[in-house]
Amino acid sequence: MPLTVLEVERIAALARLEMTPDASGTARQQLNDIFSLIEILQTADTQGVAPMAHAQDVFQRLREDAVTYTDSDAAQRDLFQSIAPEVEAGLYLVPRVIE
Amino acid sequence: MIYASLSTLRAALAAKKISSVELARLFLDRIARMNARINAFITVDEEKTLAAATEADARLAAGNASPLTGIPLAQKDIFCAQGWRTTCASRMLENFIAPYDATVVTKLEREAGMVSLGKTNMDEFAMGSSNETSYFGAVKNPWDEARVPGGSSGGSAAAVAAGLTPVATGTDTGGSIRQPAALCGLTGVKPTYGIVSRYGMIAFASSLDQGGVIGRTAEDCALVLSAMAGFDEKDSTSLERPAEDYSRLMDAPFAGLTIGLPKEFFSEGCDAEVMTAVQAALAEYQKLGAKTVEVTLPNMRLSVPAYYVIAPAEASSNLSRFDGVRYGYRAPEYANLTEMYEKSRAQGFGAEVKRRILIGTYVLSHGYYDAYYLQAQRARRLIANDFAEAFKRCDVLLGPTSPGTAFALGEKRADPVEMYLSDIYTIAVNLAGLPALSLPCGFDAKGLPIGLQLIGNYFDEARVLAIAHVFQRATDWHTRHPACNL
Repeated sequence: MPLTVLEVERIAALARLEMTPDASGTARQQLNDIFSLIEILQTADTQGVAPMAHAQDVFQRLREDAVTYTDSDAAQRDLFQSIAPEVEAGLYLVPRVIE
Repeated sequence: MIYASLSTLRAALAAKKISSVELARLFLDRIARMNARINAFITVDEEKTLAAATEADARLAAGNASPLTGIPLAQKDIFCAQGWRTTCASRMLENFIAPYDATVVTKLEREAGMVSLGKTNMDEFAMGSSNETSYFGAVKNPWDEARVPGGSSGGSAAAVAAGLTPVATGTDTGGSIRQPAALCGLTGVKPTYGIVSRYGMIAFASSLDQGGVIGRTAEDCALVLSAMAGFDEKDSTSLERPAEDYSRLMDAPFAGLTIGLPKEFFSEGCDAEVMTAVQAALAEYQKLGAKTVEVTLPNMRLSVPAYYVIAPAEASSNLSRFDGVRYGYRAPEYANLTEMYEKSRAQGFGAEVKRRILIGTYVLSHGYYDAYYLQAQRARRLIANDFAEAFKRCDVLLGPTSPGTAFALGEKRADPVEMYLSDIYTIAVNLAGLPALSLPCGFDAKGLPIGLQLIGNYFDEARVLAIAHVFQRATDWHTRHPACNL
């Protein structure tokens, strides 16, 4: 079922991707090609088949709820914030959220 | 030395015929001369490399070296290495200096003492089969510079093929180690899912991503894999298993082996020259005493469609972390927070990455989750069950790695679906989580390498590597090098 330009724009908004009208036209064509490939899945008889989320039957390991990194000094914070686009006094700066 | 095996390099280092620093310089010189043409490396840092080589020499002199200490390698630029720029071939991470080491880097460099020559080019966020989606430009195939090296570990494969490194790491989500290994005439192994830690390996599709090795021979790959694999508590899906020596079966008797031939790997859709070479390799195995049995993977036709639901779904979730706040690219101009996200992501990601985020967002969105995502996961189960059935009748599966040899740069760029279908023989393996490798088995009329794929049962990589080794003892395809007098 082919996507409309409006739907492409809605998905782009959900994915937080800015999209120009030109780009959404091209994207629509390519996504529709890809979805016609994916449609083959609808021909598979999967009644009673359990979805397989993972390659192995693994479950998340649990550990004690305890501090494992004690290296919480300013140097560690500085290291991680040295790659941030904008920081001030140990805080990440973003545009004002609450007016 | 350029094309020497790891055991030859190890012997030369142990006998002090060459130092690790000299070895590193040899390869750094070649990289400096040739990389402008091949574009296999995104980042080279001679100072860091030589410092690591100096340390390795000290370890060798002190007598506490591991089998790999002092041997150079190249790291796919998807593995975080502290202090190294780690880009994942994206504008999003163009200036990202990793603040910590991936476990693969810790194990191979800090523990085993291998010396990193640099970070190799790849498809952006490992999304691609030709290495053309890299923000840092396409990689050229050393066998024919007008052609692609395959992807997504295309820089790693091209670097090994051109003699810029003895061995390289890679990752394989849908064929990203095996297909470039095939297209560049190399051996590449993707182990069982969960064997190699994903900690510090930038995530694409977490239930499929698996680190591995691209080298010249199965022997070399086994050596590196032994140092690279193992349980890691920092990776929540790392399997708790004892460490393994993946070289241990290299000299085991070969007789009595049963090779399964999946009917679907030998039907139409594969290039005739590739099929001829695969059949010749099969005949070689029969000559060596292997029995064969025809098996079937009836749901293989669902593997590419299932993959292009599951992998983008996981990618859309994984890549939501790139928001321009804590690290990565931030757009220069925006009016508010939402616009900052939207512009940073639109400018920071390339076209293929955005395409996959859109697919993933759609298949996970309200009203489509059951029809696409759950249906794809059910198909995944059917595919895994097919393999389980097949392995009741054989020890290993054999077929082509890729339906064709290296294609021309630009040939498949405009048509994503055609590009996706170039992974038709590799994707099912990732969905099932099985180990597999590609090894060279011939050349087409244009002189381009052809890859043979061997697929093993879970945790059987030592045997798969040994089966490849037996072939490499009997043939010399893996000893051919491109005639690039670069």
